[in-house]
Amino acid sequence: MFYRETGQYKTSYAADMAVFPILQDRIGVGLMLLVAAVGIPLFATLFPATGNFFLQVIMIPFLIFALAAIGLNILTGYTGLISLGTGAFMGVGAFACYKLTTIFPGVNIIVWILASGFFSCAVGVVFGLPSLRIKGFYLAVATLAAQFFLQWCFVRVPWLFNYNASGAIEVPERTLFGVALTGANATAMTRYFVVLAIVVGLTWIASNLIHGRIGRSWMAVRDMDIAAQLMGIKLLPAKLLAFAVSSFYCGVAGAMMVFFWYATGAEPEVFSIRQSFFILSMIIIGGLGSLIGSYFGAALIYIMPILLGWLADVSGLPIGAATIEHLRVMLTGVLIIFFLIVEPHGLARLWQIGKQKLRIWPFPY
Amino acid sequence: MDILYKIFIDPFVQMGGAPDLLVQTLWEGLVGGVLYALIALGFVLIFKASGVFNFAQGIMMVFAALTLVGLYEKGVPAFLALLLTIGVMYALALGIERMVLRPLVNQPDIILFMATFGLTFVLVGLGELIFGGEPKQMITEQLWLPKGAIDIKMLGGLVSLQKIDIAAAVIASIMVAGLAVFFQSTRIGRALRAVADDHQAALSVGISLNQIWVIVWFTAGIVALATGIMWGARSDVSFALEIIALKALPVLILGGFTSIPGAIVGGLIIGIGEKLGEFYWGPLLGNGIESWLAYFIALAFLLFRPQGLFGEKIIERI
Repeated sequence: MFYRETGQYKTSYAADMAVFPILQDRIGVGLMLLVAAVGIPLFATLFPATGNFFLQVIMIPFLIFALAAIGLNILTGYTGLISLGTGAFMGVGAFACYKLTTIFPGVNIIVWILASGFFSCAVGVVFGLPSLRIKGFYLAVATLAAQFFLQWCFVRVPWLFNYNASGAIEVPERTLFGVALTGANATAMTRYFVVLAIVVGLTWIASNLIHGRIGRSWMAVRDMDIAAQLMGIKLLPAKLLAFAVSSFYCGVAGAMMVFFWYATGAEPEVFSIRQSFFILSMIIIGGLGSLIGSYFGAALIYIMPILLGWLADVSGLPIGAATIEHLRVMLTGVLIIFFLIVEPHGLARLWQIGKQKLRIWPFPY
Repeated sequence: MDILYKIFIDPFVQMGGAPDLLVQTLWEGLVGGVLYALIALGFVLIFKASGVFNFAQGIMMVFAALTLVGLYEKGVPAFLALLLTIGVMYALALGIERMVLRPLVNQPDIILFMATFGLTFVLVGLGELIFGGEPKQMITEQLWLPKGAIDIKMLGGLVSLQKIDIAAAVIASIMVAGLAVFFQSTRIGRALRAVADDHQAALSVGISLNQIWVIVWFTAGIVALATGIMWGARSDVSFALEIIALKALPVLILGGFTSIPGAIVGGLIIGIGEKLGEFYWGPLLGNGIESWLAYFIALAFLLFRPQGLFGEKIIERI
């Protein structure tokens, strides 16, 4: 009744091709941004205890994981190249950012966060080179080479972590206009705003890439690469660009993870193969080939276990933390299988179906 | 020049200088390779029969070993525990067929791959929930597996062979031979090969796909159990073995997804290549290169033969 496009005439191609062609969608996105940028911070200032916890434990990591999921989705969902190396590419971003900010401490950290994406990008292109010759599951194994090689580098090349005795990267304090952005003194609120701005900006760019010529060539490659080649799409640039953009997103997400979520430092184990699987499961549940699906997947996979832990706390059942952790892993698996069976295209497809139903409601068709 | 010498000449000088060490390294690589080959064998069985890239094979191995040790620790006699574990693997195969494969029949390959991925999580969670996450000792003596080492004097030095490694190699060979006989000359084996060849044709001559899937997953489960016992005897039984199991993937792409001989040859190449690389070239790069060398060896092979050494030629049509 309310979600209806009747009467919204498009008078130009640009309007017809818009990302959100329906007015209600635009309002919805605007509202969501308003909640994220004003509502949640307001809530956090009114209730500082719960609010800061909410920002630090839920919102910041959720946004960062969503960004990493978008990165992987560009590669796996839109271009059809399965990657098991996401964790390592995130690590490249984090280590690059750490090196950059310790070598050039004068430059603003946000510049380095974004710049570190380009390092990840370069590494991604190198490991994407075999994708022209190797396809499908064979390629997935090739990306494992990247995962294990890079992980080995993070541990064995002491230059990367500035010869620290602990082998971990430590986040120095960096400020913008006198406000601490990173390090122990940065408040959750500041970090949240920075993360939100970067994630929203990069999502917007990704959405434009995907709706344009580049995104269409990626999808053509995904659906059948030989057919795409016959239609005049150059496979090597298309696939490498997908690897580059995807790694850029993962790299930025990794850098933000260390600098804005952990805020003090991180061990190289953070970027292990488990992280890759974690993010892969996000995009499977969220929906392959969907930006909003990346957000859904990140929300479900990341926030669900926290809710489970909270539920166990509230209910007062004598369940140990270890048991909850095991149940969480198991439930993640069950959920993956469950969603694949009910809706192989993920939460994003359910969202689509819901919108379609709403559009014609109260009539059946 | 120095670095070139270190890469291309020095390792061979070392090999010639101490042939006993070379034999020792080769032997260790061989045993590792046999075990990789066993894990890869489980993958190949399932991939051939159901077209599913079973990501959970590695975790099935850990799960089987964990069940065995866990049951023993709960007071079940060793051989009864072994039987019970085989029963558990059968139940697992039945469950997977009913709850995962059957509802997902006819879905694209990637969806099935993702489903086995979910299965991995379930088995990890379930295993840790029931048996706990801490590493366990494999019960080798109770299963009459030999312990200790044999030292052989050869080439002017001592080569020490762990008895458990010899047992592993022997058991693996018996297993592969048994599987070959099973595939070639039993009724079920022929049905399996028919399914591997063409699902629809197999269905049309009255072979039940569901039944075949259960059998295949059960066979893969038994292979997983044997592998789990062997790996478990070499190191502790823990979920860290899962990472080792991932090494079966390069073995697999080296040998081709559909070839049993490929899995074995691939396993040996990876196992030996990895050990030689680690021992002779590892110090150049600061050691620990074992963790990624296997993938690079496989990658190098793939660039020349994208379908693996023994894989079927990939023909793409539009």
